[in-house]
Amino acid sequence: MGALGRWLRSFGAFWWDFIVGDDWRVAVGVVAALAGTAGLAAARVPAWWFLPVTVLVLLGMSLRRAIRDAGTR
Amino acid sequence: MRDVLLVLAVFLACAVEAVEALTIVLAVGVSRGWRSAVQGVAVGLLALAVIVAALGPALSFVPLGALRLVVGGLLLIFGLGWLRKAILRASGFKALHDEDAIYARELVAARRAGRTSRAAVDDWYAFTLSFKGVLLEGLEVVFIVVTFGSNQGSVPLAVLGAGTAVVAVTVAGIAVRGPLARVPENTLKFAVGVLLTSFGTFWGAEGAGAHWPGADTALLGVIAFVAITALLFVALLRRVHRRGVPGSVPAAEPIEVL
Repeated sequence: MGALGRWLRSFGAFWWDFIVGDDWRVAVGVVAALAGTAGLAAARVPAWWFLPVTVLVLLGMSLRRAIRDAGTR
Repeated sequence: MRDVLLVLAVFLACAVEAVEALTIVLAVGVSRGWRSAVQGVAVGLLALAVIVAALGPALSFVPLGALRLVVGGLLLIFGLGWLRKAILRASGFKALHDEDAIYARELVAARRAGRTSRAAVDDWYAFTLSFKGVLLEGLEVVFIVVTFGSNQGSVPLAVLGAGTAVVAVTVAGIAVRGPLARVPENTLKFAVGVLLTSFGTFWGAEGAGAHWPGADTALLGVIAFVAITALLFVALLRRVHRRGVPGSVPAAEPIEVL
């Protein structure tokens, strides 16, 4: 890999770490939750409750994974 | 009301990051001299200011609905990351961010490094370390300043919150003449996590086309919901921690409800 390749790789890794952070599943879950909210709103169903509930679930699942990882280290 | 919360969120986020940057700059300044360290800080702050000045006006051209959807999503990802770490630290599943230990480590590394000068910089190592410390710690604050400011239509207000935090931390650092190890960093991170997650939820839902009952006042309800949820997770995980899990560490300072 050339110098440019290494630079691109580290540049990409920096932004991945900056935006996505420790748990990529949270990022995927947030995108899915926003899509779900948009879907409900488009169907003219009250959609405001969907994101807070998803946030609760995402946080709980992320914490559960972190504790499981701490226990298996 | 939103303006007050905006300034509070930016102030707290910036204070946390400024404490971490201060630790690096202090170690560099004490071990290698202040001239190059201060030059690094000045150039780092200038770079951050340029990013704010460039991105702030650019985002004002993005339609508000799309802006809130994207910014809400990013704030949610950031906020949940901050909350996750703060909850794990408060319940003992993650080690505390120890400013004294980081300061000592940086001090040893800085004393060992060689000395070269480039252009107007006497000590390139001191300059780059200070510059990187300020730029990397400040990048997340810049994102918060730009996104919060653009959504509220008041980037200067967000800059005011960030600037006040930098000045307060700098003054405290000069007064203490050492890393600000006594700052309840985890409680601040918890509060920032709650605010970022709440604003992210509120704006993300609005951007996706949802309508909040009670319009703007619903934001207070979202903040309360996120804060209570997070505090319940802390309480729950502390119970799990007390039962004993391999790999756990002593718990951080208790989270105080702000």
